[in-house]
Amino acid sequence: MTNEHNDIDDKPKNFFSRLTSALKGKKDVLKNNLVNILTTNKINEDLLEEIETELIIADIGVHTTQKIINQLKEKRKKNSKKNEDLKHNIRDIMLSILEPVSTPLIIKNNDDPFVILMIGVNGAGKTTSIGKLSRYFKDQNHSVILAAGDTFRAAAIEQLQVWGQRNKIEVISQETGADPGAVIFDAHASAKAKKINVLLADTAGRLHTQTGLMDELVKIKKILNKQSDAAPHEVMLVLDASLGQNALIQAEKFNEALGITGLIVTKLDGSAKGGIVLSIADKLKIPIRFIGIGEKLEDMQVFNRHDYVNALLNLPQNHQNN
Amino acid sequence: MFANLTERLSSITRNLQGKGRLSNNNIKDTLREIRLVLLEADVALPVVKNFIEGIREEVVGSKIEKSLTPGQALIKIIHHKLIDLFGNKTIELNLKRPSPLVIMMVGLQGSGKTTTAAKLAKRLIDIEKKRVMLVSVDVHRPAAILQLNRLANEIGADFFNSEDTQNPKTIVSSALKQSQRSQSDIIIIDTAGRMHVDDSMMAEISEVYKEASPSETFFVIDSMAGQDAINSAQAFSERLDITGIILTKTDGDARGGAALSVSQVTGKSIFYLGVGEKIDDIELFHPERMASRILGMGDVLSLVEEIEAKVDRKQSERLANKLKKGKKFDLYDLKDQLEQMIGMGGMSAILDKLPNAGQLNNAAVSKQFDEKQLKRQIGIINSMTPNERHFPKTINGSRKRRIAAGSGLQIQDINKLMKQHVQMERMMKKMSGGKMKKMMRGLSGMNLPSGLR
Repeated sequence: MTNEHNDIDDKPKNFFSRLTSALKGKKDVLKNNLVNILTTNKINEDLLEEIETELIIADIGVHTTQKIINQLKEKRKKNSKKNEDLKHNIRDIMLSILEPVSTPLIIKNNDDPFVILMIGVNGAGKTTSIGKLSRYFKDQNHSVILAAGDTFRAAAIEQLQVWGQRNKIEVISQETGADPGAVIFDAHASAKAKKINVLLADTAGRLHTQTGLMDELVKIKKILNKQSDAAPHEVMLVLDASLGQNALIQAEKFNEALGITGLIVTKLDGSAKGGIVLSIADKLKIPIRFIGIGEKLEDMQVFNRHDYVNALLNLPQNHQNN
Repeated sequence: MFANLTERLSSITRNLQGKGRLSNNNIKDTLREIRLVLLEADVALPVVKNFIEGIREEVVGSKIEKSLTPGQALIKIIHHKLIDLFGNKTIELNLKRPSPLVIMMVGLQGSGKTTTAAKLAKRLIDIEKKRVMLVSVDVHRPAAILQLNRLANEIGADFFNSEDTQNPKTIVSSALKQSQRSQSDIIIIDTAGRMHVDDSMMAEISEVYKEASPSETFFVIDSMAGQDAINSAQAFSERLDITGIILTKTDGDARGGAALSVSQVTGKSIFYLGVGEKIDDIELFHPERMASRILGMGDVLSLVEEIEAKVDRKQSERLANKLKKGKKFDLYDLKDQLEQMIGMGGMSAILDKLPNAGQLNNAAVSKQFDEKQLKRQIGIINSMTPNERHFPKTINGSRKRRIAAGSGLQIQDINKLMKQHVQMERMMKKMSGGKMKKMMRGLSGMNLPSGLR
């Protein structure tokens, strides 16, 4: 990590401005177009269609977009005609969709380690997220251990070991090609013996259409479950914010197979808005735990629906909303 | 991967059938539906708008061939438009250039650059017999260089050793010098994934690009990418001269609209598809086939190619001539058909490529038409006398008992085969009349799983 890229932002900006700037991007469609839309006076079918289009561009998806538009129409009937209200109406609708999924992950300290099984498609950002989560949990005074469960991809183990070194925590691993279930089993035993609070288990990326690999995850979950009734305490799906509508299918398929208990939305520091999380929240009600907004250790934040929606609609961030 | 889009478009255009001619009026709803379908498929909005406008222009005031229904006419137009967007032809890497040919891989984090670099290298080594050197300038992601090193060893490519403490530009210049000593034909440079809004990282890749001055710069994009794909492709092509696109993870079920967006915004063609976890899972991109798949026409071309390669032409011609002369489809012919089916890898291999077969439960189909089953049926026919094969109607109860004993099966199995023969016979009659539709109806009479009916 010796490169100018990581040293440029030497003063980390606070979360609110970071999330806003992260979600803004260069061509901020929602910012520019939606503001323009909202400064015209009339609300008619064309206007609604424009709004619909802008929501779709944020990857919110046709179905959830329709739902938002329909609710918007309802609210307009009841309330005033001012444009700011329209914007706040959209915000309120989005907030209500996200409300049931806004439950942060709470680590309960038991004798057993709190096990987080990290899953997702190839390239979603599982390993990087583990690196950043380790830091997050350490900052909360939890002891952390990692399991190098991606025994398939070349050098995935070494990649996780680097994150272990950066965080000064132990990484349990075997060689490439080893049984991931065995690695995670060992890590659990080790965590238990050493009374470590949190076990983060990495797994190889896999497409949800690959049944054999999905079965492998089910097996890993069973192995953990045999060690402790409550394990894995969290089945965490890592989702790339730049993905489109397939992310919803991914979430559905992984949920069917394993029962997802939490989401991490990664790569929100690009110009993609990750709007598909609204669809996932609407349909599956899976808690969104964290968002990833960069490659540095501290670039993992607890999901806050107010900040997210305000950034999406370019409304000012309001600290009291926490 | 485009199965969903295929289904939606074909169901929409089916609604148009029986409307006589396409007019601005009766196409309005259809165009809106197509717009939504494309948006749901993650095709970027500006691309969708252009696309829809193009179709509207072509439809209004254009003659519709008399033989076509409005739905077919529309599918034909959309089909052509899609092929246009995909860049019209299958592109192969031009290797007739001075060595070393420098190829650079660029893209967002997690799009699959490193894996694709190795897959491409393997293809060039195995198929083109080239000497390939892999270089990583990814000094950012932990163990990225090691990952490429491992893959290079696995596929028998040369590897230029770099360290994450080095400057990417320096790595490139030393690698280029090294390649001359090692007489590499091709150098593939893997770069770190980066956000297109990250100015310092984009500046870094511009530097690497200038130093490498690659002949080919591939933008690697995840087939699951959303609306933002158009922005990242745009930003990268403003900084670098992108010469082609590689679409990854196409073995998933994403509709892959990003493929359309990116080729449109960069004006470049898709060269390759990543199609699986294994290191040789990389294929050339076929615009025509992909467009056909989108439109519910199935991957007909590949199917035709495969059938052509595997079907015994003489046998088919013999059967065709026989039917033309008004002769009956007998059990000898059924046996030929069953044997050819085994040759083509069974029913499931064929169904995979047929239009709208996406919803089929392939497991159920293959169970019914697996090789074992086919061989058993051939066994039954082999247990018959020549006379019985020519004149199936002569097979009565006692003959069936004999055949069952001869083939080691139950009478029910014989009955099933006889029923199948009758259905096939009916189907062949219809086919010799040239009516595809009737053939499909004939198919539905067979013991096929409900999905195919």
